[in-house]
Order: sequence, then C-alpha cells, then structure tokens
Amino acid sequence: MPTTFTKTTLANGMTVLLKELHTAPIVSSWVWYRVGSRDEVPPLTGISHLVEHMQFKGTPNYPAELMDKAVARDGGMRNAFTFLDWTTYFETMPADKIDLALRLEADRMVNSAFDEKEFASERTVVISEREGNENEPMFLLGEAVQQAAFRVHSYHHEVIGDMADLKSLHRDDLYRHYRTYYVPNNAVMGIAGDFDTSEMLARITELFGAIPAGEVPPRLARPEPEQRGETRITIEGPGQTAYLQAAYRFPSASDPDFFPLTVLDSLMAGPSNLNMFGGGGISNKTSRLYRTLVDKQYVVGFSGGANATVDPFLYYLSLTIHPKRKPEEALSAMDEQIRLIQEEPVTRDEIRRAIKQARANFAFGTENITNQAFWLGYAEMFAAYDWFESYLENLARVTPKDVQRVARQYLRPQARVVGVYMPTGDGQTQ
Amino acid sequence: MTSHPTELHTDHHSLPGPDDIHREVLPNGIVILARSNFSSPSVTVSGYIQAGSLMDPEDKLGLADFATSALMRGTGRHSFDELYNDLEAVGASLGFDSGMNSTGFHAHALVEDLPLVLNLLSETMREPTFPRSEVEKLRHHLLTGLAIREQDTADMADITFDEILYSGHPYARVEDGNPTTIKAITRGDLVKYHRRAFGPSGMVIVVVGAVKPERAAAAVRRALGSWKNSNQQRLPVLPPVKLLRRTVKRHHPIAGKSQSDLIIGTNGPRRMDPDFLAASLGNSVLGQFGMMGRIGKAVRETSGLAYYAYSNLSAGIGPGSWTVSAGVNPSNVRKATDIVIAELEQFVKDGVRPEELEDSQANFIGRLPLSFESNAGVAGALINMERYGLGLDYYRRYDGQVRSVTRDEVLDVARKYIDPQRLAIAIAGP
Repeated sequence: MPTTFTKTTLANGMTVLLKELHTAPIVSSWVWYRVGSRDEVPPLTGISHLVEHMQFKGTPNYPAELMDKAVARDGGMRNAFTFLDWTTYFETMPADKIDLALRLEADRMVNSAFDEKEFASERTVVISEREGNENEPMFLLGEAVQQAAFRVHSYHHEVIGDMADLKSLHRDDLYRHYRTYYVPNNAVMGIAGDFDTSEMLARITELFGAIPAGEVPPRLARPEPEQRGETRITIEGPGQTAYLQAAYRFPSASDPDFFPLTVLDSLMAGPSNLNMFGGGGISNKTSRLYRTLVDKQYVVGFSGGANATVDPFLYYLSLTIHPKRKPEEALSAMDEQIRLIQEEPVTRDEIRRAIKQARANFAFGTENITNQAFWLGYAEMFAAYDWFESYLENLARVTPKDVQRVARQYLRPQARVVGVYMPTGDGQTQ
Repeated sequence: MTSHPTELHTDHHSLPGPDDIHREVLPNGIVILARSNFSSPSVTVSGYIQAGSLMDPEDKLGLADFATSALMRGTGRHSFDELYNDLEAVGASLGFDSGMNSTGFHAHALVEDLPLVLNLLSETMREPTFPRSEVEKLRHHLLTGLAIREQDTADMADITFDEILYSGHPYARVEDGNPTTIKAITRGDLVKYHRRAFGPSGMVIVVVGAVKPERAAAAVRRALGSWKNSNQQRLPVLPPVKLLRRTVKRHHPIAGKSQSDLIIGTNGPRRMDPDFLAASLGNSVLGQFGMMGRIGKAVRETSGLAYYAYSNLSAGIGPGSWTVSAGVNPSNVRKATDIVIAELEQFVKDGVRPEELEDSQANFIGRLPLSFESNAGVAGALINMERYGLGLDYYRRYDGQVRSVTRDEVLDVARKYIDPQRLAIAIAGP
C-alpha cells in the first residue's frame, strides 16, 4: 500500500496538499489562511487572533455548541493558532469521521455569524488571555524587545494585540477582516492520514470548489530599515529573577542562509524543534552557550531559536540570570562565545552532530499524523512543502565556512536589540 | 499536479491488548512491558520506580526532587558533560521526574540508540556520584526555580489548594520544597536518599517503538537485570485524608500581577476505586467535554470571564482531588467563584442529563485511536495498566465499561465527593 503526496490547486485558487499515510486509522486536516498579526495596523491590532476566536462561535448550519459536540463525540481533537504571517485551524479525527471536519471548515470559511453578543463575551475572554500573558516576565520582555526591533514593519506588535485595541475593536471590523481574508484563493488545505487521495480530492472539490474567490489586499510589507547600532531597553516588574533577551535580525525562512543559521543555532543553543506536535525535547546541555553560561554560573537556564517567517524576523537568545550575577556579566560571556564562533570555524563533526539531531527530531515528528499534516500547510506559508522535504538535505550541505559567514553576518551587536527584565522584588507593584 | 510514492509502512494499529503487549517480570522484581510500532524509526522508554517525596523528612522537603534532579550530574563512569554528550550527539533525551508516590523516567531516541539510552538509564539510577560542585550548581537552579514559582499564580494557587484540602496529610507538602529546606539539604542527604529509595523492586519499564517486543525486553534485561539493592525501603503507607467540615477559602497574595488563579475543589476518588470511571465521565460533563463542559460554558462562553476555565479529576495511587480551575482578572474572582459554586450545586442536585452522559461516553471511546497515535501515548497507557492493575485487556474491554456507567452512578459519585458547603477555595494573585 504505497503512500502518496499530491499538490494541486482548485479552480477558485485554493491550494490543496494531500499525503496518504496508512500507519494509523487517523486523518488530520488543516486549513491555513495567509493572514496574521503582520496584516494589522493600529487601532486594529489583535484582530486576526480575535477573528480566529470568533470562528468557534458558530454558523447558521453549525451553531457553536453543535460544532463542539460533533467533533468531541467522534473522539476528534481540534484547535486553531494565529501567528505573525498566518492563521490555521485543524481537526484530527478517526479516519472514518473526517468528513465532518471538511464540512465544518467549508462552512466556516463563509458562513460564520459573528454575533454581536458572542463578540462581547469573546472580547473579554481574549483580554483575559492577554492578562494571563502579562503575568509572565518573559512575555513582557519579549513584547518590549519586538516593539523595539520593528518601527516600520508590522511585525512590530504581539499577535494578541495591544490592550487598547482589544478594548475598542468593533464587531464590524472583525467581520470585514474575516470576509476579506477568508477566501479560497488565500487558503491552503493540508490533509495527512488514512484516506484515498482521489476520493478525498473529489470530496474537497465538492465542498470547497463552489466557494467564490475574493480579492485579497496585498500584504503589508514595509521593510524595516537597517539598524544602525545596538538598541538597549530595560523593563521592570515583580519578582526576584532577572531575564535578558537578545534579538538578532534573521532572514526569512525561504532564504538559503536559513539552513546554516539553523546549524549555528544548534551549536550555540541546542537543537530547536520545529514540530508543533510531538518530537523534540533534546536538551541543550552540551551546546556552546550551556558550557559557557550555565556551567560557569552566569545563568540558570537559557534558550535560543528563530521562527520561520515570510519576511526577515528575529533570532532570540533568552537568558534566566543566575541570582549572584548581573545581566551585563552574562551578556559579556555570551558575546565572548559569539566572537569565538565568528573567528574560528566549527568542525565538520559538530555539523554532523547537528544534522543527526535534526534527523532525530524529524523521526519523532513522524510518529504523529497531526504533526505530519501540520507540515504540509505550514511549509507553504513561508516557502513550499518542498522546503520541508529537502530540509535534511539542505542541512547536510552546510559547511564550516557557511556557519562562520552567517555568524559574522547575522550575529552583529550593531544590529541587535538587548532587553533586560529587572525584578523589583516580591512585595512591590510594577 | 505532482504525485510520487514515499515509504511503505505497517498496517493499522489496533487497540493494545494481551496479544501484542509483551509482559515479563525479572527475578529482581522489574516489570517490563513492550509493544512495537514501526511507523517511525524511533522508540520511547518510560516507567517509574517506587521512590518519591513521601520519603522526605519534614525539615528536608524537596530531598527526593533534589536527588532525582542530580542523578544525571555524574556517575561512576561518566561526568555530567559526558552523559549529555552521549545523548545529545544522537538526538536522544533522558530525564527523571520525582513525584509524591513514584519517580518517573522518560527517554526518546532513534531506535538504533535504544541500547545507549537503556545503559545510561541503568547507570544514572544505579551509580550516581552526586559530585559536590554539581550539587551546588543544581542547588542554585532549584532556588531560582522556587523564586520563579513564588511569582507564578497557577503554581501558588495549586500549593495553597493542597494545603487546605490535605491539611495534616503528606499530600499538603510541596514536592520541590522551599528555600529553607533546599538550603538545608546536604550532599550526604542525597547519597543516603538514593541508597534507600532507588532499587528494582516495584520498578516498571515500558518500551514502545520500532523494535520487536521480545528484543526490547532482552535489551532491558541486559541493562537492568543484574540490579539489586538490599537496602531498598518501601514508601510509607499513606494515612487517610481528613475531610473538610466547612468551606475554607485562602488567598495567597502576589503583587503586581494582572491575573489571579482560582481553584475550587474537593476530594476525589483514587484511580483504583470502583467509582473512578463514573467520576471521570461526570467530570467530563462538568468541565471537559467540547469547550470545557458546563464550566467552560458558564465561565468562559457566557460570561467571558476567563480564557481558561475547566474541571479536573486528579486520581492516582493515593486520595485524589476534584477541582475547577480558572484564570481571571483579580476584580472578577468573586463573580467567577459564585458561578462555579452554582454549577457545582446544580451538578450534585440533578446530576447529568442522558444526552450529556452519552456525549461523554462517545468521546471517551472515540478518542482512543488518537490517544494511541504516538509512542508516548501508548507508553502512558501501558504504564497505567500496570500501575493500577487494570489488566492488559483493559482497552479491549473499555468500550463496554464506559457504556455501562449510568446517570445514577454519576450522581452518586458526584454527591459522594462534592459538597458545595465544604469546598477548598484557593486564590493566588493581587
């Protein structure tokens, strides 16, 4: 029973990717829209995420409760995510129940009600979500760093949006956003699992083929001008623990430099796991920064990683400062390691190791059909599915020279934002 | 359209049962369970030993957790750095997790590296050396973790809740200790704890992945078959829990936060109690099914008070808890509390409606294929079968057991545990 991969486009412009996998009686279906927080301007920040929430509030055919109940009764799992560049919805169902998911998604591509009363309560749910985020020092720091990094590009604000906008958005703003961006020619559907490709394609065409294409505005893409010198910010908040985040400018995921940078990240901070479900969990205790920062007690923990984005975004190194150290001391130690990797080429062995780690993360990710379906559409959002399929090959081509070159080009202090969270103690307010 | 064949995999998984689970008891008491899954070239190893925080002396709370965290800090054969180098070089992971009644372990690797992770598992459990300098480094990490915990509204609400519900019982104690006790623990304490707590008697180990069950069991035998510890002590016997006589409410203040965490709850069944399944189905109706059941509907969907609001049944070896949790704006704590208590009153007055019970029964049965999708999911199920004596045919009989639960049984178990006049209410936040 061979498994097949198929990519096609319906007459109305909807891209469809299908991957047959007969390893378990499960099918996972994802619909992606090319809309996210980078398509928002004030005072409408957070609108893409709020629209995603309203997409669970029902249509005339499938009122919210009926929709929830139908998926749960069949033992399905579903959720949605909003990011900088995209918004996605998925259902994973026992294979013989997947038709329900297809019907629901086709229906809510056009028929969501956006009821005024439902919106009023969902607005406060999202405000509560933001208040929960604000409890976390790393959210507060991350938001401040992101704002400082983007003055011109709309990557400037957090996906969840600014509180002022969450309080003032109108139902009609949301409905307009929905009708503008939720059209088949702005959508990618990715389905993986236990099905027959020709039957599945026929059913998708039947359900989605009649939905008319719409006119989608061009994406906001005001390039961020070159940064001329390091930016430093400090925020204060409750607690006893200081945090530091350094954000370097990274290219888009479709840039060839993304691969040597992935190897660089792996050597510096340990392998990042791009899987959304399953896999990962490889520790970073033999990475260069662990040996410098944690072993020598500048920090008690750290992480590094980049997002795969359409336009150039950021590579973050986030440090939890050791109670006996100052953030500046940890930063100097980190900079010393960055200088080393810029001056002395890494070894081929180190690169081989990074590749084996990536291979393991891939294998862990393929245990899970939801994760395999996720990749079909996710890769299309910033490149194409081929990006995922050739990922390991591209990593294998990386040379020590490449790593040194990208380390010099991208890890420049003149083009970074350094943010520090200074704790004010347990008893005080911010 | 492109179409190309990819790799061929095995046929469908069925539910795990006696015909595809290998179970074997070694002479030293270790129970091995293994099941194969060839859909990905990876393997999961997990399980537990009979050691935990119940053994902590009152003035050394956090001892079990400290010692368990230190297992990977060095052995007779490998330093901390060497241990992690072996694991990370091949993209494998291995970790321990100290609980109240048991100490868990979990490893994930490419199947070719199964012998490596089993050997390191054996070595770290049997021959840790607790190097002095590593112990001191770890102590700082633990203390920083406690400082961060002090600022975490969800963690502090949990701790406060346990202090109320389990007053006078070992479950009221914190597993990760507090700054005073963590500072008081010596290296000698760690050595002594390891000597008396770690041993093969009562250990369960599960291997799931791309390896034949008999071969997996043989690999475990080679790594752990010779383990003996004549000093291994049993966990102390758990005393009964004193029930609350009236509602007890406690507020743990954390200044400067934008959201409070609220937990309202009471005692619950143990996992092995005959009314567990009825309680579990009742809990699903109360605060799990679809968008978090009745609690989700009342607190989130209708009132818009919280991003998360759900109920949870926590049932293990010892006395369980039955809780409702929500994260709300500090000014809405009272309103949310009133709504939750009104839902609990309704729940014990009228129980569940026939269609609600049927929905949750369908969900419990329908979701099995998804829960067995990954190796970790299957491993978790096998561990539960063994730990709670459910029998290897548990999931083959599950359908009938779930369907046989009646509304009366749900009402009985709800009334047995939930009395809206005698609740533990914990709040952490401003």
